[in-house]
Amino acid sequence: MNDACFQLKGSAVTAIVLELYRPDSEGFRQQLSAKVEQAPALFEQSPVVISLEKLEGECQPDQLTALIRSCEDVGLKPMALKLTDEQQALASAVSLPRVPLSGSSRSSEASAPQLAAVAEPEVVVERVVEKVVERVVEEKLVQRPSKIISRPVRSGQQVYAEGADLIILAPVSEGAEVLADGSVHVYGPLRGRALAGVKGDTSARIFCQSLEAELVSIAGNFKLSDALHGERWKATAHVSLQDDQLNITPL
Amino acid sequence: MAKIIVVTSGKGGVGKTTSSAAISTGLAQRGHKTVVIDFDVGLRNLDLIMGCERRVVYDFVNVINGEATLNQALIKDKRNENLYILPASQTRDKDALTEEGVQNVLNELSREFEFIICDSPAGIERGAQMALYFADAAIVTTNPEVSSVRDSDRILGILQSKSRRAESGEAPVEEHLLLTRYNPERVEAGEMLSVADVEDILAVPLLGVIPESQAVLKASNQGVPVILDAESDAGQAYADAVSRLLGEEREHRFLEVQKKKGFLSRLLGGK
Repeated sequence: MNDACFQLKGSAVTAIVLELYRPDSEGFRQQLSAKVEQAPALFEQSPVVISLEKLEGECQPDQLTALIRSCEDVGLKPMALKLTDEQQALASAVSLPRVPLSGSSRSSEASAPQLAAVAEPEVVVERVVEKVVERVVEEKLVQRPSKIISRPVRSGQQVYAEGADLIILAPVSEGAEVLADGSVHVYGPLRGRALAGVKGDTSARIFCQSLEAELVSIAGNFKLSDALHGERWKATAHVSLQDDQLNITPL
Repeated sequence: MAKIIVVTSGKGGVGKTTSSAAISTGLAQRGHKTVVIDFDVGLRNLDLIMGCERRVVYDFVNVINGEATLNQALIKDKRNENLYILPASQTRDKDALTEEGVQNVLNELSREFEFIICDSPAGIERGAQMALYFADAAIVTTNPEVSSVRDSDRILGILQSKSRRAESGEAPVEEHLLLTRYNPERVEAGEMLSVADVEDILAVPLLGVIPESQAVLKASNQGVPVILDAESDAGQAYADAVSRLLGEEREHRFLEVQKKKGFLSRLLGGK
């Protein structure tokens, strides 16, 4: 049996976000009551994140305390604040944790550990959750695994690396076709057709140990084997695109 | 379990059936129980090359359709007791070959034989695909000219993408290159691709080089596999290829132009 008393897990939780425009305590109380009356069951005991991101003007700590009390009076449970860097002092004033702004950079969270110290335990978990999720999204954007092929690509075969580079450690035969959204690297002789940047990436390139291709193309700009014969034929080649012209240089 | 070896090429007329007959006979000569199957349904030739055409009663398609048992259809070679032939039907077409039917026949043969040689028809359509689908190894037969090499490249691609081993993710089909009708004089004259050219393009280990030889045509017409003509260069080259297939080391022969001895050196008996 497992004798651990608890486990920390990352998960995403939906919460109501209350965007504050003006810190007008009386007006806020009236409008909020009216809103909640439309659907009391929906708002009963609901966790709420108060966002001051779109606030016009300034909000004093006692004004914010009043707003939080208004929320609690109608059954809402304020659990965190969304604050800009200038507003961050408010968080400790009302003893609520701060969650990152939507689309905020990592540096704006530098003060997060101290804030977490004053927060209630479950809210700390909540904050960790958001951080974890954000990181996953970022890494997916940056790193796409290259497609690596170690067997010969034969006549009639087609290999496509979607959203990635294509690396081939064997010959590409005449009549074969290798395509990538990124760059194409061929460490055997390249005798077939090689197309890099097929979705229009003009920075994609083709690298090969022996250029004997039927066609090379980068982002739709191509050269056929006849045009290639003068340049680096049966030699190492690095094909790149400059001003819509294919540029072939030694590796 | 038997080892299933397909003899294939893509292109027609390069020597698949000649090679199937020679290699299966060679394996049987070394004491391995071997069966050779003609997959060229509708254009049967193997029985002619093996010299057993008058003994064909039932064929491969009859067995697949359950019209005959395997034992009724198998023809025992009259020269070697380790060798059996399963002939193709002359009256049917390649649609008669079903995946399930072929698999059942191969499973049954696997229990009794060490080697199953599948003589593939030309092309890359159904007949050729059925012949290579269950293969553990492939002997890709190629002539030293560009169109044959291109077709062999294509069939190698199919072996690595559409065979049972490729589809089930097992170890890939073992590949062997057999270069046939090789003529060193014509290579030297630049009329034919050299062994090195073909190896460079196909990147497959070389099983053997069979020289172009009158012995091959003579053997085919007589219905005797050329490997039995031990005097001929082609027969010796096939014997070497069989040894290599069984894992033995053999140096490649018949790659260079045979220098005719001059009149004087013959007179003096010099080497």
